[in-house]
Amino acid sequence: MSKSIITVEGLGKAYRLGQKLEQWSSFYDVLTGFVRSPFKKLRQKSNAAASDEAFWAIRDINFEVAPGEVIGLIGRNGAGKSTLLKVLSRIVEPSEGRAHIRGRVASLLEVGTGFHPELSGRENIYLNGAILGMKRTEITRKFDAIVDFAEVEKFLDTPVKRYSSGMYVRLAFAVAAHLEPEILIVDEVLAVGDASFQKKCMGKMGDVVKDGRTILFVSHNMDAVLQLCSHVVLLKNGRNTERLSPDEGVKQYLAMSNEGTSLPLAEKPRTQFRPHMPIFTGLSIVGASGHRNVCESNGKVNFDIELSHTLELPGDLTCGVAISNERSQRIAFFHSHYQSGMSFRGTDGRVRLSCNVPSLPLVPGRYFVELVLSDGYQVIEKVERAEAIDVVFADVFGTGKIPKSSQGYLVLPCEWTHEPIDEIGLVQKAI
Amino acid sequence: MTATPSNMPLNETAPIVDSARDLVIQPLTGWIPVDWKELIQYRELLFFFIWRDIKVRYKQAVLGSAWAVLQPVINSVLFALIFNGVFHLGKDLPVPYFIYVFAALLPWTFFSAAVNVGGQVLVSQQHMLTKIYFPRIFLPTAAVGANWVDLVISMSVLLLAMPICGVIPSVGILAVPFLILITVVMSLGFVYFLSALTVLYRDFKFITPFMLQIMSYASFVQYPPEGLLQSKPWIGYVLAINPMFGLVNAFRAALIGTSDKILWHPEFLAISIVISVAMFLVGLFYFRRTERRFADIA
Repeated sequence: MSKSIITVEGLGKAYRLGQKLEQWSSFYDVLTGFVRSPFKKLRQKSNAAASDEAFWAIRDINFEVAPGEVIGLIGRNGAGKSTLLKVLSRIVEPSEGRAHIRGRVASLLEVGTGFHPELSGRENIYLNGAILGMKRTEITRKFDAIVDFAEVEKFLDTPVKRYSSGMYVRLAFAVAAHLEPEILIVDEVLAVGDASFQKKCMGKMGDVVKDGRTILFVSHNMDAVLQLCSHVVLLKNGRNTERLSPDEGVKQYLAMSNEGTSLPLAEKPRTQFRPHMPIFTGLSIVGASGHRNVCESNGKVNFDIELSHTLELPGDLTCGVAISNERSQRIAFFHSHYQSGMSFRGTDGRVRLSCNVPSLPLVPGRYFVELVLSDGYQVIEKVERAEAIDVVFADVFGTGKIPKSSQGYLVLPCEWTHEPIDEIGLVQKAI
Repeated sequence: MTATPSNMPLNETAPIVDSARDLVIQPLTGWIPVDWKELIQYRELLFFFIWRDIKVRYKQAVLGSAWAVLQPVINSVLFALIFNGVFHLGKDLPVPYFIYVFAALLPWTFFSAAVNVGGQVLVSQQHMLTKIYFPRIFLPTAAVGANWVDLVISMSVLLLAMPICGVIPSVGILAVPFLILITVVMSLGFVYFLSALTVLYRDFKFITPFMLQIMSYASFVQYPPEGLLQSKPWIGYVLAINPMFGLVNAFRAALIGTSDKILWHPEFLAISIVISVAMFLVGLFYFRRTERRFADIA
């Protein structure tokens, strides 16, 4: 690949375990340490390469980026995304490997780095611009655009410590948004401001993409990743995957983020009608793609539920699976009796239930699954947030677009037609 | 798996890419040379940092920048009251004690203010170290550079006060710019070294004020060293290890002129210059050596 603008080869960053502790080590410790064993330091140096005491925040990272590409770096907290960005921004030095960058880099790991509270908005625009690598003439040229974007004209000469947090963030982002580097490194900074400002930020990012700039972009916002990125690199425990398509990357990320993150179902908190051994002991959710806890919008999904200790339960049992959104609003309910007319008896102590949903018409996002067992009179056991399920984008209508979570909960089909109307309000039939 | 740069295939640079901005990020070891090209590229940022430090210094003070004038005046008056009024240290001086101490306070205040602020600058602005890249050396450099305004103001106050007190500046005043240069070089050396040390060992936050206190006594800012030097001439060479000693002496001699109470000691200034330059180089390279770890530690 002769065209790559960023080449990362075997990059790794190790922190010595206990470095946190050591950083506060006092001068006295160093002095006494040296008196006690003057050669310890030398010995340490000789096997500094030995990695058994080291924690590798990232290791063996390899990827290439061609000019104009927008690469999303995704991964769980602690996967090494921020460390990688810091190494590529030259904030921390790698422990091994190397990265070759061929272009002017601007990195934006935080908005408003270097803002000084005592200085006015005007002064901070210049200061922050200079810290981000802009020339004074460049800032002067873009000054009006920055002020415009931030909507702070009236407060330009007020110290920013008197700004509301919204104004502060808007101004900070506005400065950063007017950078014109060849390569932009961005860490989760779009998650600032109110909804309308976020929209504006995404729009600005879109413009940057259209300008053909190269972007490395870390986000937990999968919508933004899908919208902006041309490729995705997934980080897991400090190592990276091949470049993936955004769809595939997001799917793998979501599947990964549900793996073993939480307690086994049997140990999860639950409410019971009377004290009893845990009854719900297993739940597996599998979507059409075969990934656990992930399904596509309007795609099929299967819930497999395992019950234990049902022997002593009297009567006919029914089971319900409720889907709630992140704000715990219930959106759907799948009940063994309502939908299938099914009830069962806890005869041999262990029961496996299967609930097949042919299509789950939910907008992409994270939902929670609640399990409810009842005996026809009362709820015997209820497990709220038994599992999470991620609904991912699917091109349900063949238009490339479906509603977003900000627009509604459900992805439902409909037919639209249009006809012109003349001035007296009569519908003109198309000929 | 350690990648060695030598056997790594180098990618050809595509035409769209500005090869002048080729950047290789890899682990460095040992002593690292100063990247002058980069410093020149970023030079505007240094001026912005200095400008910021000056702007912020007297914000929200009712008297504002009047403090730049008041500080050295009040200091000199206090010293005059204590050291002259109570201890009569200035009784044989050819000039008023106020002028005598003010001339010494010019380099001393510059140095101590620079070290006081500059030594902490990396710790107090550590959020910048962990969030963005820029030449780290600019932070301590700006902490020193921002003192030029105060120096110019105190200098003007002194030049106004001298004729009022009946003292005519000597021709030695022409050497003052050179002496200021030495003061700046020395301050930079101390600040580079101490700021890097303070990141690694916070102890220096506490050690630095003591060091300044001792240096202030050992520089004979508030009292004439001549009696001591005449009785034990060798002690001058011991005192000159503190580079401020030679500088304070030179500032006085240059501004007030020499007399039997204000002797001019070129040998002490020579020692000062050598130590200042050495301190500058040690500070600079120690800073360069440790700066790549700042973000990990700060």
